[in-house]
Amino acid sequence: MSQAVLEPDAAASRGMDLLRFATAGSVDDGKSTLIGRLLFDTKTIFEDQLEAVESASASRGDEYTNLALLTDGLRAEREQGITIDVAYRYFATPRRKFIIADTPGHIQYTRNMVTGASTADLALILVDARKGLVEQSRRHAFLTSLLRVPHLVLCVNKMDLVDWSQEVFERIADEFTSFAAKLDAPDLSIIPISALNGDNIATRSENTPWYEGPSLLHHLEHVHIASDRNLVDVRFPVQYVIRPQSTTVTDYRGYAGQVASGILKPGDDVMVLPSGLTSTISSIETADGPVDEAFPPMSVTVRLADEIDISRGDMICRPHNAPTPAQDVEAMICWMDESAPLRVGGKYSIKHTTRSARAVVRGLQYRLDVNTLHRDEAAGELKLNEIGRVKLRTTVPLLADEYRRNRTTGGFILIDESTNRTVGAGMIIEAR
Amino acid sequence: MSQTKPYRVSHLDALEAESIFVMREVMAEFERPVLLFSGGKDSIVMLRLAEKAFAPARIPFPVMHVDTGHNFPEVLEYRDRRVASLGLNLVVASVQEAIDAGQVRELPDGTRNRIQTPVLLAAVEKYRFDALFGGARRDEEKARAKERMFSFRDEFGQWDPKNQRPELWSLYNGRHHPGESIRVFPLSNWTELDVWHYIAKENIPLPSIYYAHDREVVERNGMFYAVNEFIRLRDGETSEVRRVRYRTVGDASQTAAVLSEADTVEKVIDEVAATRITERGATRGDDKVSEAAMEDRKREGYF
Repeated sequence: MSQAVLEPDAAASRGMDLLRFATAGSVDDGKSTLIGRLLFDTKTIFEDQLEAVESASASRGDEYTNLALLTDGLRAEREQGITIDVAYRYFATPRRKFIIADTPGHIQYTRNMVTGASTADLALILVDARKGLVEQSRRHAFLTSLLRVPHLVLCVNKMDLVDWSQEVFERIADEFTSFAAKLDAPDLSIIPISALNGDNIATRSENTPWYEGPSLLHHLEHVHIASDRNLVDVRFPVQYVIRPQSTTVTDYRGYAGQVASGILKPGDDVMVLPSGLTSTISSIETADGPVDEAFPPMSVTVRLADEIDISRGDMICRPHNAPTPAQDVEAMICWMDESAPLRVGGKYSIKHTTRSARAVVRGLQYRLDVNTLHRDEAAGELKLNEIGRVKLRTTVPLLADEYRRNRTTGGFILIDESTNRTVGAGMIIEAR
Repeated sequence: MSQTKPYRVSHLDALEAESIFVMREVMAEFERPVLLFSGGKDSIVMLRLAEKAFAPARIPFPVMHVDTGHNFPEVLEYRDRRVASLGLNLVVASVQEAIDAGQVRELPDGTRNRIQTPVLLAAVEKYRFDALFGGARRDEEKARAKERMFSFRDEFGQWDPKNQRPELWSLYNGRHHPGESIRVFPLSNWTELDVWHYIAKENIPLPSIYYAHDREVVERNGMFYAVNEFIRLRDGETSEVRRVRYRTVGDASQTAAVLSEADTVEKVIDEVAATRITERGATRGDDKVSEAAMEDRKREGYF
């Protein structure tokens, strides 16, 4: 591989921000090579790792250094040559720290992609320039939009194998753009690359003079993510009540949690759900002292001017901007359990923000084919990796927003009460 | 609302906020959490995060040290001082005591990394701990890269990599039956460099062996081991005094030092940013056994 061109500068890196992105695709698309290239070009692959991968590749009889072995760490993966789970990788440049959720292409595809995309700021989809868009590319794009990942990058890979043809690139780009438009897709960028040779990865390639956009790494470093956060709707799910049992600190009562959305300030009038009682924020505290304001994703402790009964699972909002406590919820659910399908009448434990309850499935409106987007209204159940629109009734009200408006207060998981497994992921469409 | 301010959060602040969130989730949902504290830098950072998560209250759970008996004296001294200053309850699960009582058997090579596991599991059972905070990071090792923030363990303490619970958004599923437990890794998304930046930012004191000092060492397989009561010279080996520091602190019989002139936190950060060898690769004899050494240990119930 070529010389590394970027290095995380030790002093500058203290001021970096954080971008989480999900990659999806199969080895055939060159995804592992792309990740290997990003890690290599940012000096994140270490010599001992490279040596281990080189010797493992050689002993498997691979003709080239198989960078997939960097991420496929489990014994079963090495033995079967497959990736079975989401792997998290890390690299940094002077501007940003990156967390990659690397999701496998085939096995348990939907479950893993949904998991990786749930926390992603950006999704990266790869296509092979020789093959163009395939069913899998459309599925990736659909899941990205379902999970409301704000930024999407399509990398048209293996451009070297189509002679750097602008025409090939533009045909794929046009086709993808028109498909993405149907999905209510987020901010989209399309980049012609060769992961193997490093073209348009860390620096712009001389092979694509007709391409005027940034290199992939430049895009990842500069894509504007600050405004993706919802800073309008104040939502502070109470996680834990801090009441020191101490002789030096008396009468202290603080509500600890992570700001889900909005900006909280001392002096703000607030309403606490589900009670509906109102008070004023007297202070916002951290272990480093009080702060003037709190916004996502800060973990803080909020104190109120009045003594009202607040416990875990309650939510601090603004009097004129609060969700309506709701026991009837409609959501898109991705089913993640192989042992039993979701069926009407099924009862589960539900976890939503810091609140847990029980839920019963009241109805399955349709099952969605993630390849054709066809809605099957006759479906009677959702099996592993299937997605459908479901009606739930919960034992206690949820303090929920639409997922499209708020990914934190709009998402939930379902848990099987006998196996304790996480069996479903839900994105709320409507709660009332 | 006009948004003139950027409302920017640095990557360290974001990581800290996530770790604090995870610790509070555990405290809210479990009955008997414990924090695994070895006196190593990752567990020291984890303890600072626990301090911050529950301030101004004290850390509301005990800490446990699985003590192989092969310790660096500077680290034990640090452990006791730190625990005392925070007013914490320290549980020591002693491998030596377990050997003396015949509960585990010393391995032929005298290493104790692997026999920590039954000692750890016995302590979990004795104290009925249901959540164990560990300082493992996903950037350390390939098996760890695939482990969840909340890692379910069955009644034998075993990790099953093929049967992990999907982890979405910040919704962690800590449900378990009696006898089962959850290993919780609040530093999952931190890298070695992040840990050092945080140590610098928070001005956290560390055991002195993390900084460059002169020490009598012997070179074995390209690694530098301190000559002490656990590592003696073999025939044909010679020792020499070199300027070294420890990048990781584990069992003193298996943890190697690295040659270093970095005697301040800033110099360590520069060194870590420039290094070309992973931290475990540079310092841990135990991980060189096979490609899946860590996975195999975790399946048996290791940290």
